[in-house]
Amino acid sequence: MVSPARESSKSILPMIDLLQYGFMQNAVIAALLSSIACGIIGTYVVVKKIGFISGGIAHASFGGIGLGYYLGINPLLGLIPFSLASALGIGWLSTKARVSEDTAIGAFWATGMALGVLFIGLTPGYAPNLFSYLFGNILTVPGSDLLMILGLDLFIVLVVGLWYNELLALCFDEEYARVSGVRTTALYLLLLCLIALTVVILVRVVGIVMVIALLTIPAAIARRFSRNLRSMMIIASLLCALFTLSGLWISWVLDVASGASIIMVAAASFLAVHLGSMVKAGGRRG
Amino acid sequence: MSTEVIQLREVTVSLAGTRVLDQVSLTVHRGDFLAIIGPNGGGKTTLLRVVLGLQPVDSGRVRVLGASPGQSAGRIGYVPQRVDFDRDFPVTVMEVVLMGRLSGKRLFSRYSGADRAAAEEALETVGLLELSRRSVGGLSGGELQRVLIARALCGNPEVLLLDEPTASVDPGMKTSVYDLLDRLKTSMTIVLVTHDTGAVGRHVSRIACLNCNMVVHEGDEMTGRMVGDLYPYPVDLIVHGEPRQRILKKHSSDD
Repeated sequence: MVSPARESSKSILPMIDLLQYGFMQNAVIAALLSSIACGIIGTYVVVKKIGFISGGIAHASFGGIGLGYYLGINPLLGLIPFSLASALGIGWLSTKARVSEDTAIGAFWATGMALGVLFIGLTPGYAPNLFSYLFGNILTVPGSDLLMILGLDLFIVLVVGLWYNELLALCFDEEYARVSGVRTTALYLLLLCLIALTVVILVRVVGIVMVIALLTIPAAIARRFSRNLRSMMIIASLLCALFTLSGLWISWVLDVASGASIIMVAAASFLAVHLGSMVKAGGRRG
Repeated sequence: MSTEVIQLREVTVSLAGTRVLDQVSLTVHRGDFLAIIGPNGGGKTTLLRVVLGLQPVDSGRVRVLGASPGQSAGRIGYVPQRVDFDRDFPVTVMEVVLMGRLSGKRLFSRYSGADRAAAEEALETVGLLELSRRSVGGLSGGELQRVLIARALCGNPEVLLLDEPTASVDPGMKTSVYDLLDRLKTSMTIVLVTHDTGAVGRHVSRIACLNCNMVVHEGDEMTGRMVGDLYPYPVDLIVHGEPRQRILKKHSSDD
């Protein structure tokens, strides 16, 4: 139970004062760093319409978290190879093996989660912080994870910078990209791997169950205000930072789960933007 | 140097168990302006995809610019038929046209000043230079079609393949697309897939009829009987008067 005294002292504490706490500094840095990957990769997820694949990769990655617990290492270290393997597996099955994409996604989605449950079951004792991997807890990000998030961010920015034009062609007109000599299958698998790494980054923030919302909502809103992919990425990153920081603040003030409040802020903004544009369109018609 | 730009020998392709191309042979020479006409499902688009290396063949031999299909990226310009990609895609006209320079660009490098100049020239050619900074979402069907033509021209191709470039444009724009092709045919080999049997007569140098099998008309005559053989429904044959009238001879099987 939260005492009334603590409740009131919390709600009048401005965000700036909160920053004197180390865990809150880490949370803010994690929010800002993860927003970079979230905006860039979310843009590709939205324009290429691969949200469901991204959800599949995220959920299948639960196997990696379970493996991390089982091996007694940082679950994020188990997560990286597992999410990359699920990305390549889903991509390979759907492009090469004549399995329809949604079947491949469904199979990986559930199998990865099942493996995670089995690994955790095999691990002796209690699995601490399991919920934070499923539903995120940005208030518990350790400094070592911040370094890893920074490294992954740099890697993602570098790869997207090198292949920006090729990725644009792949998303806009895959067939034309192929005719132009772009190795589209390899590039698509690379994009899925970048999504897998973004999932790793976002797990700390919103958890694997809700990752898909941060990969789609900020970019979907940004698209309405963007003339090209570059501006869409920048706007999506800013929105993602806005959603995570305000969600974080709300979770502190109301004492609710941070992952869920971040998603609720994003969803409410999404709804508001769409309702706003519908009202605007209706007003123009009438 | 061989004048054979595209060479197909007894090419057979099946899609999902249905034979779409049956023993099709076709030779396109440098400087040709070939029109391929035929009903929907007759294999016209599949034929272009074979030439582009997008569609593997069951049997037969395909050579494009002296190499296997798909090996000549950058030397072939392609204007796809569909204008059905995501109209909300955040991309500017200039960025789409620059994709035509993708094959000439070194990996990891940005587009050069020469690439941009070529893109502007291509936009100028199709008369859309003033729209270069616009988003493609705001374009009309005809404008988008011309952007796709500019994208194909931007790489200075030796061969231009067009898949029904006038399918989604209004009649006035149709004329301007054909006028453009008339200007281009002096500098490149053109293969045009179309339903537009009325227009091809005035512009092209050869006509190929494709309905699973292919008949190439080397002469310049077109008959109502021939079009009737090709399409399973009545087709109006618009006969143009001066300066050129074109009648295709009957297919040999009708003789």
